[in-house]
Amino acid sequence: MATLTTESRPVRYALTAVALVFLFLFLLLPLIGVFWEALHKGWQLYLSALVEPEALSAIKLTLISAAIAVPLNLVFGVAAAWAIARFEFRGKSLLTTLIDLPFAVSPVVAGLMFILLFGANTVAGSWLQDHGLQVIFAVPGIVLATVFVTFPFVARELIPLMQSQGADEEQAAIVLGASGWQTFRKVTLPNIKWGLLYGVILTNARAMGEFGAVSVVSGHIRGETNTIPLHVEILYNEYNFVGAFACASLLALLALVTLLVKSLVEWRLHRQQQASTLRTAEARMQAQAAQP
Amino acid sequence: MSIEIRNIRKQFGQFTALDNVSLDVASGELLALLGPSGCGKTTLLRIIAGLEKPDAGQVLFGGADATNTHVAERQVGFVFQHYALFRHMTVFDNVAFGLSVKPRRERPSQEEIRERVMKLLKMVQLDWLADAYPGQLSGGQRQRIALARSLAVEPKVLLLDEPFGALDAKVRKDLRRWLRDLHNDMHITSVFVTHDQEEALEVSDRVVVMDHGHIEQVGRPDDIYEHPATPFVTQFLGDVNLFHGRVDAGQLTIGNYEQALSQHQDADGDAAVAYVRPHDLDLSLQAEGALAQGRVEHIHAVGPVVRVELQQADGQTIEAAVSKERFRALGIVPGDTVYVTPRKLAVFLKDASGQQDYVI
Repeated sequence: MATLTTESRPVRYALTAVALVFLFLFLLLPLIGVFWEALHKGWQLYLSALVEPEALSAIKLTLISAAIAVPLNLVFGVAAAWAIARFEFRGKSLLTTLIDLPFAVSPVVAGLMFILLFGANTVAGSWLQDHGLQVIFAVPGIVLATVFVTFPFVARELIPLMQSQGADEEQAAIVLGASGWQTFRKVTLPNIKWGLLYGVILTNARAMGEFGAVSVVSGHIRGETNTIPLHVEILYNEYNFVGAFACASLLALLALVTLLVKSLVEWRLHRQQQASTLRTAEARMQAQAAQP
Repeated sequence: MSIEIRNIRKQFGQFTALDNVSLDVASGELLALLGPSGCGKTTLLRIIAGLEKPDAGQVLFGGADATNTHVAERQVGFVFQHYALFRHMTVFDNVAFGLSVKPRRERPSQEEIRERVMKLLKMVQLDWLADAYPGQLSGGQRQRIALARSLAVEPKVLLLDEPFGALDAKVRKDLRRWLRDLHNDMHITSVFVTHDQEEALEVSDRVVVMDHGHIEQVGRPDDIYEHPATPFVTQFLGDVNLFHGRVDAGQLTIGNYEQALSQHQDADGDAAVAYVRPHDLDLSLQAEGALAQGRVEHIHAVGPVVRVELQQADGQTIEAAVSKERFRALGIVPGDTVYVTPRKLAVFLKDASGQQDYVI
């Protein structure tokens, strides 16, 4: 209904232009810049920067920590959201606040927290070291820090969704004789799957891209405790721009892929709904035709 | 299956939702729980279903204690106020849900499930919508699907929470009649909650009127309407006019009006309130034998009954409903002074009920 808009045509164009210019300057241009820097000296250099052992090790470590952090926070997030959205209990508001803690605390402080907890001079740290497990300046610390900073995403995504949907459908399932697990699998999960998927995408992006907390606990041991973001920083500080941007482009690519997956999933859902609407309309017409 | 409710008590924090409620529901009966919001009727229904746990008291199904039986094992059908259809499933899958979650040993075969679901969908006259999603249905259709879904597991008891609350007037009327017919065919013990007295009186075999966590009266619809046991029931069941007076040894006095009553023989000049329904008031132009008088304020002459609003000298309004013929014979117009005489009144002594000045 273009006739209902009150702004005149030049105003509308001007506002649209401002928005587009802003998007271009702050989102598109940096993205293009990353790929340009990575590729402007040719594919050969780009690829060799990615397959050198230290880069490969960083990629591997990033994938490992994401592979641990994402499933863990998926389970924690769903459990926490379920508890908060469905039950009344003492300390509920405290729990809600605690879930936000990783967002409220600076990642560097989060990293330092783990050093204070598991560092070599602490009780827990030295005990673990005596039993052959080094946490700080090693892979376990990186995983812990990653789990910590990515904890809120899934829960934050699900709590408002589950609260707005209410418990009626779950109660209906239970009255119909479904067990707790059946109710979760057949009713709760399908209802929250899009929110859950989005939460997982965000968790994954942050797990792979986390810098501050991981930087504190990692110790920057090349080829051992470097993740992609840390590796990018080291290369950049060494003026190895092609290498730095090649690795950075991996993270940018990850962002693009997740966006693509999300749009694809949404598009398929939309198609399904359209098909069902069409079938219903047909059925309705047939039913009307059948009536005398 | 019969339901017995014994001394049920339920608190929500400081709020007493149910205070020592006992009730028997006969097998095959269609019972209405009627009351204003917050009276505890939905809580009682949810306790019967097992969705809520009573603080004290027992629920018996067919004579056996079911207080600690889990919801999933009570074999009840529950229709939620907002239907609670599974939004991501088709209508068919919604209705089939109860059958498809049964343990493998008890689960019917795919063909059997299909057959039973389609039979139920035919019964609610929506078999052509089997492939649709709940979002594509109208309110009345959703309600019928919710009912079909709850009947699929062949429950022993059917519980409905404000089944027609969210529907528009026309659909509501149709569905009411339809539910009545369905109950006549199936004879499944059913309890439904409503705040609409017309609905409760029209659909049910028996009505339970509740207020503030108590049962005020239980009885057949006509019985409750004709012989309300308390002032609350009188007021809740429909429009009513209040007249304040006194009762002395069975003799009611309101101003100059006097009438002998069959009850309250031992009253000794007690303050009393007489309740008269608008259609139990006759209008007249003569002052003789009148209960009260008033000036005609409004006349609503739509439909077979003419509703006349009178204003008394003290500012109170009286509503009377007379037939069109009577109205024409009287020939009254706004501004006229007319007199009212009661054909039937319900009198309650003030100290007996304690909430006399409750005005609707």
